[in-house]
Amino acid sequence: MNSLRKKIDKIKPHFTEGGRFAKLRSVFEGFESFLFVPDRVTVRGSHIRDSIDLKRTMIIVVIALVPALLFGSYNVGLQYFRSIGADAEIIRCFWFGFLKILPLIIVSYVTGLGIEFIAAQIRGHEINEGFLVTGILIPLIVPVDVPLWMLALSTAFAVILGKEVFGGTGMNVFNPALLARAFLFFSYPGWMTGDTVWTYNLTAGENIIDGFSGATPLAYAAGGELSGIPSFLEMFIGTIPGSVGETSTIAVLLGALILIITGIGSWKIILSVFAGGLAMGLLLNLVAVNPFMELPFYYHFVMGGFAFGAVFMATDPVTASQTEKGKWIYGFLIGVLSILFRVLNPAYPEGVMLAILLMNLFAPLIDYYIIESHIKKRLKRASLANNIQGV
Amino acid sequence: MSSKEKEPLFSEKNRKLFTDQLGRNNPVTVQVLGICSALAVTVKLEPALVMALSVTIVLAVSNLIVSALRNYIPDRIRIIVQLVVIATMVILVDQTLKAYAFDVSRQLSVFVGLIITNCIIMGRLEAFAMANKPWPALLDGIGAGAGYGIILIIVAFFREFLGSGTIMGYPILEKIGVYSFGYEDNGMMILPPMALIVVGLIIWVQRSRNRELIEK
Repeated sequence: MNSLRKKIDKIKPHFTEGGRFAKLRSVFEGFESFLFVPDRVTVRGSHIRDSIDLKRTMIIVVIALVPALLFGSYNVGLQYFRSIGADAEIIRCFWFGFLKILPLIIVSYVTGLGIEFIAAQIRGHEINEGFLVTGILIPLIVPVDVPLWMLALSTAFAVILGKEVFGGTGMNVFNPALLARAFLFFSYPGWMTGDTVWTYNLTAGENIIDGFSGATPLAYAAGGELSGIPSFLEMFIGTIPGSVGETSTIAVLLGALILIITGIGSWKIILSVFAGGLAMGLLLNLVAVNPFMELPFYYHFVMGGFAFGAVFMATDPVTASQTEKGKWIYGFLIGVLSILFRVLNPAYPEGVMLAILLMNLFAPLIDYYIIESHIKKRLKRASLANNIQGV
Repeated sequence: MSSKEKEPLFSEKNRKLFTDQLGRNNPVTVQVLGICSALAVTVKLEPALVMALSVTIVLAVSNLIVSALRNYIPDRIRIIVQLVVIATMVILVDQTLKAYAFDVSRQLSVFVGLIITNCIIMGRLEAFAMANKPWPALLDGIGAGAGYGIILIIVAFFREFLGSGTIMGYPILEKIGVYSFGYEDNGMMILPPMALIVVGLIIWVQRSRNRELIEK
């Protein structure tokens, strides 16, 4: 580490003002602060600084995503070997899946970080770590079979039009990872919906054994074939077809635990999304005019991306509500809408994505009314106090 | 009309009426009018071209007529008079299209009729034709129509090219053979939201090239 520090110190003058590579200053700073703790300290006044900064926040979320990523790798392999009727031990499944997911991760990071670097140079901003989480989220929420150029295109779309246009990290209205998925979903529906996209190489259809359908539990439910849905336990563990990282509720809950303990993710949002889902699920159970509505409400929590969306997407601190009361409303409505879209519109079995994007849009409005009501309450109290003094 | 001998027909001022609306004062990207039809008719290039032409004709002729009548229109009922002029023109255009270009007319369906409600037309009549002489009004109408049309055509070009892989119905991407490399048409380009996004991108490009357009 010391030699690396020395090397960086040696080339540093080239990147300061007047140096040869002064234009690439932010690139250099990005790498330096990635490798080492930033050396800048507060000069004037006494400020107490928490050691948590954007970089640490992001890294903790990435760590929280690791269980889902590991399980996703295993599951991609498992589904593939199931589809060709072969038995494979855990390590082989994992390794197979890992090699399939790796290109997705690389493409997503290279595209996204490339655009962020360029945008930072154009603006003269520092490069920040905003894309670290998005870059790993995107591969986790797409089918494993998605062509890489489509992934690159949707990542570019999400980063440019979802984030840089609004002013970069921290200014975006929509969750960039979900935006990338929505772009894919509407642009290339053939790769994002249907029974065959969720398992590696199932579209090509070689050596597939009879009886393997590859349909997700949600597809079965939307088709009204409740008998095709795997058991609750299986869906909870996550050995089912689906997007790469979202199938395993247990891995997602592990991530949720990390987020909640470190205080990075808001437990209020996570809890209220589940509460909203519960309420809507129960309501639909009461109505129960078709098989999907009769599906026990707790099944919704382990199907599709509900848990993943609740834990990793809804809690995005930039696009969620900022006020504490607002977080409850925001989360609850995400839960309600997710289940509503899912059950009432079979064309969009993955309602979670649309529900979160929709509520991203309303989060500022919720905050506005919460703050307004606080101001009103305080004004009332203040005028009351004034009146008493006046008397 | 008597003032013509004072001023040449294509004086700089008059030329500006036309050219300004193509860029600096574009009805769609700067004044942000007429967006609804920009969403509806820009899936394919051909209907967009016909729509651009129709709007230009309606706009130019109504501008001319209203400008000629401007001193005889009572102020209180001017909107109704303007609408009568516009509606007449739109019906003429609609009937012509039905007679000579039935396919396109069917594709455009209700949107030809809806030219009546296109905000650009009412806007130009109110803002320009009611206060100016017929010749400048005619130029202004053509300019506004062309400014609207140029955006429509750009948007339609990208939407047709990326969404269907064709240009004016000619399957250009298929002929080049990019599909065999795994390329696929972008289904989102055909959906209305993408028209808004493309218009937004045009606005972005225009404003980053012409910084005085950026609102404070």
